Amino acid sequence: MLQQLFSFKGGVKPQTRKAPSVQSPIGQVPMPLRLYVPLHQSLGGAPNPLVQAGEQVLKGQVIGAADGWMSAAVHAPTSGTVLAVEQHVAAHPSGLPTLSVVIEPDGREQWIARTPLDHRSLAPERVRELLRDAGVVGLGGAVFPSHAKLTAARTVPVEHLVINGAECEPFMTCDDLLMRERAEEIVRGAAIFRDLLAARRVLIGIEDNKPEAVAAMQLAVRRLGEDHEVVAVPTRYPAGGAKQLIRVLTGKEVPASKRSTELGVQCFNVATAYTAYRALAHGEPVISRIVTLTGNVEQPRNWEVLLGTPMRDVVALGKPKADTSRYLMGGPMMGFEIGDLAAPVVKATNCIIAGSPNLFPPNPPEMPCIRCGACADVCPHELQPFELYWFARARNFGKTQEYHIFDCIECGCCSYVCPSHIPLVQYFRFAKSEIWSREKEKQAADAAKARFELRNARAEREQAEKAERLAKAAAARTSEKKVAPAQAETVTSAALPAAEAAPATDAEAVRKAKIAAAMERARAQRAAVLPRNTEQLTAEQKQEIAAIEARRLALLTSAAQPAGSPPEALTIPEHPTE
Amino acid sequence: MDFSTPPYVLAQTSVRRVMLQVLAALLPGIAAYVWLVGASIVLQLLIASLAALVGEALMLWVRGKPLTLFLSDGSALVTAWLIALAFPPLAPWWLVVVGTLCAIVVAKHLYGGLGQNPFNPAMIAFAVCIVSFPALMSQWPALGLKLSLAEQVQIIAGLAPRIDVMSGATPLDALKTGLKLGEGNVDVQTLLSSQEMFGNFAGRGWEWVSAGYLFGGLWLWQRRIVGWHAPLGFIAGLSLLAGALWVWNPQQFADPLFHLFSGGAMLGAFFIVTDPVSGCTTSRGKLIFGFSAGLTTYIIRVFGGYPDGVAFAVLLLNLCVPLIDMYTQPPIFGMKNER
Repeated sequence: MLQQLFSFKGGVKPQTRKAPSVQSPIGQVPMPLRLYVPLHQSLGGAPNPLVQAGEQVLKGQVIGAADGWMSAAVHAPTSGTVLAVEQHVAAHPSGLPTLSVVIEPDGREQWIARTPLDHRSLAPERVRELLRDAGVVGLGGAVFPSHAKLTAARTVPVEHLVINGAECEPFMTCDDLLMRERAEEIVRGAAIFRDLLAARRVLIGIEDNKPEAVAAMQLAVRRLGEDHEVVAVPTRYPAGGAKQLIRVLTGKEVPASKRSTELGVQCFNVATAYTAYRALAHGEPVISRIVTLTGNVEQPRNWEVLLGTPMRDVVALGKPKADTSRYLMGGPMMGFEIGDLAAPVVKATNCIIAGSPNLFPPNPPEMPCIRCGACADVCPHELQPFELYWFARARNFGKTQEYHIFDCIECGCCSYVCPSHIPLVQYFRFAKSEIWSREKEKQAADAAKARFELRNARAEREQAEKAERLAKAAAARTSEKKVAPAQAETVTSAALPAAEAAPATDAEAVRKAKIAAAMERARAQRAAVLPRNTEQLTAEQKQEIAAIEARRLALLTSAAQPAGSPPEALTIPEHPTE
Repeated sequence: MDFSTPPYVLAQTSVRRVMLQVLAALLPGIAAYVWLVGASIVLQLLIASLAALVGEALMLWVRGKPLTLFLSDGSALVTAWLIALAFPPLAPWWLVVVGTLCAIVVAKHLYGGLGQNPFNPAMIAFAVCIVSFPALMSQWPALGLKLSLAEQVQIIAGLAPRIDVMSGATPLDALKTGLKLGEGNVDVQTLLSSQEMFGNFAGRGWEWVSAGYLFGGLWLWQRRIVGWHAPLGFIAGLSLLAGALWVWNPQQFADPLFHLFSGGAMLGAFFIVTDPVSGCTTSRGKLIFGFSAGLTTYIIRVFGGYPDGVAFAVLLLNLCVPLIDMYTQPPIFGMKNER
């Protein structure tokens, strides 16, 4: 069976340096004294804490519930006591703290009730919910909630499911070891994804510098009788980029403007497939991951680490050499420097590299761009990085977008080959974040403008309505007086009592309007809060709620009708924070 | 704040490394040059290098830029060497200095220094000098003129009279003049075979200097310092026009081979139109840039008043670079089928 391979343009071949960390099997990190589990470990909404200090938790218990659809739950990695729910330094380039659950393990490793499930007996919608609630996210490093990628496009059937075992970053070997040691679970996980997406073919791409992993995966596929195709792809960074691997295996190119499912293809990392299988077939949520510890250490190795374990504890296992000056999380091409080793291992932590001045020499001084185009030659997205650089430098952000800055995947190939040692990726990140913040500002300004206009319109309408009411009242009064001949007066004097009556009606109308507005505000606030609760629910529950809501609405409208319709202007919720 | 940025590993490359390789690639041509006219060219290279470094240092100081970082990048040396090789080998020292300073001070630093110059500095030097000092820029040593190094030094230093030793023409010039004087009665073959200065396929001796540049250029291409687009475009442009006219009227037009190996064609193809700073950046743009420069070179050297056309052709095309680049942006990953 020969798989036709395609090629992506560009790419670089840095030294792989993977050999040292594949000598030993995956080790188990001993239980740390404390676990610091950040609640926000995936892209999308930050989960809401479900536990409080002092509470006992079981291993695998949900401690942070997914916040909306684009989010994933977080679990207690072991049984123990919650010491605090507080801000703790995060594994993030900024080094800023994030809300974390601090757990003191009790050492009993007491699991929650785990129910093995067969995904084929469940509705796909239910499986996706289960994956979200098990905290299954992209473990290649992007931590994108996996369930959100498991819906095929409406019109395009999924032709290929790509399982990414390329692992193109230098130093990193966590996927390699996982494939060697737990191939069958990966293959089963891939089958789950295939079934959910109704994918026709499953292609498992592995860089050809990992022959053991390729062999292990092929064996697992054969043994399980699956028809996944295990394909060795040429070793060239960034072959493990989702879009690059999709290109190599299927020939399809996914631009930034499209979802891959729109082209009938989807891609998952091998570790993600593994955790999906564990979550469904064993009821085990994602509470640990494989982390490569390598670089300037005596004992490079892969470790299975409980999420929340301080990096310091992991690093100590490798015995860093004396001249270790810094630590990176991720690979040397796209990773970042860890400011504080108190930061915990999270779902995105695929690799920790101890660095020395020898291993990662300080960057040479930046020279001017000579437009040599070396960056364009290696850009896997066929961009013109030096043009983007000129525009970003000149803060000409419109032009950067014209030159497709958002197609940049920040792989670092351009910076790697630049003879002038320009940190190109930094310029692109700068431009992107500037564009984002400007867009946000613009949106906020637009929203404010819309609010302002609505408010003006409302004020005008209210004034008009008030005037109308007053006029009507005055008219009614005059007609009453006309009806009673004894009190008959001239037209000019009729205006007087109307003017006297006006303040009273006015005050009353304002009061009424205020009450109605307050009620409306409260309702709007409730409405803003409510969806958060309902989004945690299952599909059946949601349907039920929808039915109840419909009934209630019907009742409300029928009840409201005879009593006179409420002032329309007040249905526009007034934001309390305005 | 200690601010580190990915990637943490970098390829072994630098501007200096690139420039040094360009200099190395010039060596075969220089060797042939020395064999042909003697060691005076080495002296010219030294004069130009010195002038370039002094001019560079001065401008860096004026502009408040770090001296050692930029002086050691090798870019000024590349400009200097190209100037020395493009100028007549026995040109007076001050002419070389004037040309080099024009290139470094005006064409490079007044436009913003390394990476910012819209025009090729060496070609600016050539253009300025051939317009300002046409006689001196057209005096090439006669073939077979054997001067000792001391005599060459004297001539360059201005201590010996120039008139007697100069033949005053390059093979390209000689052919053009011969054809013009012949008023249609003399054909190219007769001229080429009758005059001693014409060799196997171009100017005697000069053809090997050109071959040296070609060799060095191919090495640069093999080292991926230059791409194939611009040189091939240049060679194609020059050959196409030369070939068409030669096929049409071989009596009055020399063959493409003659043109490729005469004057600055090979130097231009591999060392001038490949200049990244002043040239096009897209692949298609490089092809168009090279091709147009080749065509223009031919037109200027055959129909124009100057002995060679590389400098003016390149400068003309330098002007078009932003336009060409703008219209030749390649489609990006995933957007190739969209218009």
